[in-house]
Amino acid sequence: MNALLALARWLTDPVNWQGTHGIPIRVLEHIELSGLSVLAALLIAMPIALYLGHTGRAGFFAINVANIGRALPSLALLALGLVVAISLGLGLGFWPTVFALVPLAIPPILTNSYVAIREVDRDIVDAARGMGLSEGQILRSIEVPLGLPLMLAGIRTAAVNVVATATLGALVAGGALGRFIVDGLALQEYDQLMAGALLVALLAIVTEVSFGALERATVPPGMAAIR
Amino acid sequence: MTPGEPLIRWDWLASHVGEILLRVGEHLELTVIAVVVGFLIAFVLSLAALRIPRLYAPITWTTGILYTIPSLALFALLIPYTGLSLLTAEIGLVSYTLLILIRNIVAGVRGVPAEVRDAARGMGYTDRQILWRVEIPLALAVIFAGVRVATITTIGLVTVTALIGQGGMGYFILLGIQLFFSTALIVGALGSVVLAVLADGALVLAQRRLTPWTHAG
Repeated sequence: MNALLALARWLTDPVNWQGTHGIPIRVLEHIELSGLSVLAALLIAMPIALYLGHTGRAGFFAINVANIGRALPSLALLALGLVVAISLGLGLGFWPTVFALVPLAIPPILTNSYVAIREVDRDIVDAARGMGLSEGQILRSIEVPLGLPLMLAGIRTAAVNVVATATLGALVAGGALGRFIVDGLALQEYDQLMAGALLVALLAIVTEVSFGALERATVPPGMAAIR
Repeated sequence: MTPGEPLIRWDWLASHVGEILLRVGEHLELTVIAVVVGFLIAFVLSLAALRIPRLYAPITWTTGILYTIPSLALFALLIPYTGLSLLTAEIGLVSYTLLILIRNIVAGVRGVPAEVRDAARGMGYTDRQILWRVEIPLALAVIFAGVRVATITTIGLVTVTALIGQGGMGYFILLGIQLFFSTALIVGALGSVVLAVLADGALVLAQRRLTPWTHAG
């Protein structure tokens, strides 16, 4: 009970809500770090997934890349990010974490988007081709809209993983919410530790729930009727 | 990472073989406990969900929330109660296996063809006999797929438990980050990936022995 009281006291202390070390700034840092990493992963993975999905090439690779990604421990990716960032002269904190988060986010986006495109009913695609749509038009106006909910499911997995793992950035002198956890651990300040943990957990759950809502909202009306 | 320092210092590796083996042992111990305990809990919850279908949604919802909470955050929330202990690490690790395992156990049993079940019933099997002699054996392939994913995920997560003093390959990663020492970083990162690949291979072999019919003919 004492730990919970200390947690409540820490969370309601105005000092912890102010300045560059305050909760609002740390939350924004966390969102910025995660958002940028997911965006970068999207820019890399999406064109590959759309191309492979549309042409049906390299299916084994596209499907298994997510399994390989799962075997990569996040802490190991952070170590890798650190080596890359330092050898590029980008320093500690932000960039090593981004370099760790982008490869973490790519596999679920790639695999889900590939499957999303492949799963689109081939009869619909053939009908569109018969009506004279170009390959680009088929992708844009048939495959992507129909596959969107499944693609978003992949982005959701990636985003939740990234939000969770961005916490580790504090180990390489990064900001964001992991700061509270890592400092709390190091200083044995359990109120700070638990507050950080609670905030990260909430952010992860909010990410999960909002993407879930987005997935349901993007099911095309015609498909929703079929389901 | 320090200029002039080679990426891997083989002499350090040679003089730390004993410690590396010790950390590998810790890593495997943490993983095996988590997957075994997780499986037992998941199995009981799955049987409950199969018998009372109304329970399935709340069970997956709860384990889904647990799965969403970042590992470090879950450990941190437990520390004031269970300390920097093996118990803290295992509570976290076990929680993460539940969603994966329950989904696969339930999907595996539900995927057993109704005709097979009917045939068993027609031959006079009781519900319990159908479960243990028909449904679970036929669901083993799907259940094993879940165990593989849970094991690989757990091996990756165990690296994080080094932060709460539980050793494993994460110990070397932390050492490497603190000392800017790439040899330790690579040993920790690569070690964890190699363990995951080996464990997955071992599970595939175990599955072949347990379900010989899935690859016959």
